[in-house]
Amino acid sequence: MEQMIRVEHISKTFQVNNGQVDAVKDISFSIEKGDIFGIIGLSGAGKSTLVRCLNLLEKPDEGNVFIDGKNLMELSQRQLRKERREIGMIFQHFNLLMQRNVLDNICFPMEIAGVSKKEAKKRAKEFLETVGLSEKAKAYPAQLSGGQKQRVAIARVLAANPKILLCDEATSALDPQTTKSILSLLKEINQKYGITIVVITHEMAVIQEICSKVAVLDHGTLVESGSVEELFRAPKTEAAKRLILNEFRHVKEMKGRHLIRVTFDGKTAFEPLIGNVILEYRTPLNILYANTRTINGNAEGEMILQLPESAEIADHMIAYFKEQELGVEEVDDYV
Amino acid sequence: MFDETIRAMLLEGTWATLYMTLISTLFGYIIGLPLGIVLAVTDKEGIRPNAVVYKILDFIVNLTRSIPFLILLILVMPLTKAIVGQSYGSTATIVPLTIAAAPFIGRMVESSLKEVDQGVVEAAQSMGAGTFTVIWRVLLVEARTSLLVGVTIAIGTILGYSAMAGVVGGGGLGDIAIRYGYYRYETEIMIVTIVILVILVQILQGFGMMLSQKLDRRRA
Repeated sequence: MEQMIRVEHISKTFQVNNGQVDAVKDISFSIEKGDIFGIIGLSGAGKSTLVRCLNLLEKPDEGNVFIDGKNLMELSQRQLRKERREIGMIFQHFNLLMQRNVLDNICFPMEIAGVSKKEAKKRAKEFLETVGLSEKAKAYPAQLSGGQKQRVAIARVLAANPKILLCDEATSALDPQTTKSILSLLKEINQKYGITIVVITHEMAVIQEICSKVAVLDHGTLVESGSVEELFRAPKTEAAKRLILNEFRHVKEMKGRHLIRVTFDGKTAFEPLIGNVILEYRTPLNILYANTRTINGNAEGEMILQLPESAEIADHMIAYFKEQELGVEEVDDYV
Repeated sequence: MFDETIRAMLLEGTWATLYMTLISTLFGYIIGLPLGIVLAVTDKEGIRPNAVVYKILDFIVNLTRSIPFLILLILVMPLTKAIVGQSYGSTATIVPLTIAAAPFIGRMVESSLKEVDQGVVEAAQSMGAGTFTVIWRVLLVEARTSLLVGVTIAIGTILGYSAMAGVVGGGGLGDIAIRYGYYRYETEIMIVTIVILVILVQILQGFGMMLSQKLDRRRA
């Protein structure tokens, strides 16, 4: 596959009142054309800085950023501005022009690019239809809901005919229902126009919903990357585990007990494994949490189990699960 | 109430006050608007930070604003004379009024532009907008309401200053109030000039606020 984005050893440090913050530390990765690539991390991990390094809204102190083979770090201001027109960006707070109506907001990037007014209006209407808001053309942003504003922002990006779409926490200010509809719109755009999408988020659910690949960011460093299934089934780093387990904080009170997290795929989801193990060892175990989620169309399940006091039986149980090809990991020390 | 001559004088004074105020506001904005834009843009949080430019302009603005208007009037008299040819009368008063108004207007413009959501500026930059485009199509448009409120405040303030110029023969209603009301103890004339000034401020203020709200699209 062809590469759309390649980042080589970029670092960015900010000077603050009491010293300096290394927001991004020696990060390298690449994203293929047409991919939906997720970058996940807790707040303060450096996600927003990293995504701004992709269109040089933040200029890295070191390293190179290649977009479709072109090194942005070597471009003049003028060339960079031209290049940015092909890299769309949507934001957590939508960032629409409040004093312009919906249609004129969508025309804005085309005005910058020097498209004629007539042509711009025509295209704006077309993309407003794509995002399903044709009837809101004359409305002002203040009259729209959050989800509608984000749709306008997406239409505005599409109007510029970009190769890449950067989403900076684009669904973080939206409710779950609206989040889902925006994510499916993004997926549709990815398929229809072949736009490469980079999704920045702190929510694992967003990654699962649309991303094919994911990178985990922790304290400015890229600690883990790979396919979403892989990360979900066998997170290698502490940061990744924290992000996956972050979603059920209520398990916290069980901390200190002997807990394991088992994961299983579609094959094993239907076998009564827990029942079997209880029958086999005649000792109860406690299901603290269980969930199935669909990752790119495949059912993936996970459970947090509290094992019996006896270390011997617990070890046997773990061995049994492993024999059944389940993913097993100890989680007595998370969050 | 008054005879023909006094009424004619009051009418003329009203026109002179309006003339001084509006022309000075216009000149004030011709200098103050670019000044405010440069201040907002070169500030360390601005789109083109430049500490040297900002500090120099910041100092000049503070310096000019700390001189009391009455003192400034007298201080710039030589300049006024050089530009207008005389240092009294309403046309002459426009010079010190503009000098006093420009930095004040610059500050208001700066603060209006800084109120614009940084996110919107960033969005424009992400679309490839340059500094000029951001100023012209984002900052000035998004800050429209706040800028118009600023114009209204500026007109009110300049009108007040113009009346002060009456002390040194600046023309207009202030001049009349001082000559008749203060020097000649004709209290009625002074009161009438005050009433006219109050009405003028009310009309201008009301009109400015109405316009700024009419043009605001931020309300649902």
